[in-house]
Amino acid sequence: MTGATRHEVLIACVARLLEGLHHVAVGASSPIPAAGAMLVRAQDEIAGREPLRISILGSEEHNFFTNGGVELFDCAAQGRIDAFFLGGGQIDGQGNINLVGSGDYPQSAVRWPGSFGSSFMYFVVPRVILFREEHSPRVFVERVDFISAPGTSAANVERRGGPYALLTGMAQFSFDKAHSRFRLESVHPGVTAADVRAATGFDYDASEDVPETTIPDAPTLALLRGRVREELAESYPQFAATLPEWREAA
Amino acid sequence: MALTSLDDLVAAIPSGATLSVPADYSGIAMAATAALVRHGTGGLHLICVPASGMQTDILVGEGLVATLETSAVTLGEAGGAPRFQAAARDGRLKLIDATCPAIHAGLLAAQKGVPFMPIRGIIGSDVLKHRADWKVIDNPFAGGDPIVIVPAISPDVALFHAPEADRFGNVRIGRRRELATMAYAAKKTLVTVERISETSLLADERDAAGVLPALYVSEITIAQRGAWPLGLWGEYAADGAEIARYAQMARTPQGFRAYMDGFLQRTRAAA
Repeated sequence: MTGATRHEVLIACVARLLEGLHHVAVGASSPIPAAGAMLVRAQDEIAGREPLRISILGSEEHNFFTNGGVELFDCAAQGRIDAFFLGGGQIDGQGNINLVGSGDYPQSAVRWPGSFGSSFMYFVVPRVILFREEHSPRVFVERVDFISAPGTSAANVERRGGPYALLTGMAQFSFDKAHSRFRLESVHPGVTAADVRAATGFDYDASEDVPETTIPDAPTLALLRGRVREELAESYPQFAATLPEWREAA
Repeated sequence: MALTSLDDLVAAIPSGATLSVPADYSGIAMAATAALVRHGTGGLHLICVPASGMQTDILVGEGLVATLETSAVTLGEAGGAPRFQAAARDGRLKLIDATCPAIHAGLLAAQKGVPFMPIRGIIGSDVLKHRADWKVIDNPFAGGDPIVIVPAISPDVALFHAPEADRFGNVRIGRRRELATMAYAAKKTLVTVERISETSLLADERDAAGVLPALYVSEITIAQRGAWPLGLWGEYAADGAEIARYAQMARTPQGFRAYMDGFLQRTRAAA
């Protein structure tokens, strides 16, 4: 079997962040988070555990909601969604995210779609995974131009959710709520800690010796290239086609 | 209920009206949107429930929207909404940025006939900072627990597209419950449908829950493939190539104009 691709490393990272959870919701245009969730579900079934439940938003087939667009948010408000993924045009060192635009609001120089449900979901979903493949100083900024949702809140504000990890094309970070700071946990294969420092516009904590991200082992890759790839193709056909396919003799 | 024509349907939307429209997955009245453009109904306060795509981009590009209240505008896989982005940059419309569940909460308040609805989260965001109409109160039952309240949203008109209505005015909305919420909250609800059923949609208990009763429906007109180029749940998929063509052409005002000339002709021919 050939080695793990860049995307397969990211999918395995997502899967590790979702281990042991009951229900995760993923966006209709988020194939890597969806693939990670499908990998966990497959691993759960093989291990005889209660499998992870996955709601793919906007999908008619892979979404059991019957109460309209509000049900996702109600479900999250009731504490029935353990993990969710958010991105953003800008993410800063305090975990603030900006989905609205760069420059002065409301006349944003570059206007992005908008905050969607982030201003709410960031507060109520316990494990929010920030996922942004592009790792550059224009994305990871000192301070966002607009706060769609804040990384942390004052102690008197009811909040059980918030940033749990930041996963990028270069590295994985954890988030320290008490100090409102990210910590570099690992760098993906072929990336150095210095590369990450140079590509990140905000300050963060890191140990002297940052480990390399764990790459998926052979059984994981076999699952990814077989069952997960097939399941993924139902909702994300174009992305699934870019993943390596499992071949018996390979 | 007497069926109306597409032109009469959009004539029921006065200039300056507060107009609510659903998200792309719920059923967008695109044929009626084209009729609205031909009609030149302007000064709209558009409320997206809770986000929108090509429909809003077209209305904004045509200069018909004075105020836009939304959680997001995007063309999905086809990318950003170009006329919306340009109008935001140039300050050509009043933007009221929201977050999805707050729009649902405002409509829910109107549905219940109460003045506001509390909602978790949002505190500390710039979304809240720019919303003079949203307030933070102290939870009157607990104390020391700040919580956001949003006012009821009662649009003048709700407009959407659905697979079918019956001749009594009941409309099938399936599990797209936000369409019911929109209708409960609005003063007037205008619906375009693919077809009319001769038998009552409420006749079968097994799927009556997926029907919006005629009480909440003001006018209905038939518009076959009325969501095109967007899709309609259970009926047809979105025309991705057409939306991508729009996304490409609408990058410039001239390209947008050229696209709209063809779009208006094509939708008029179909009407």
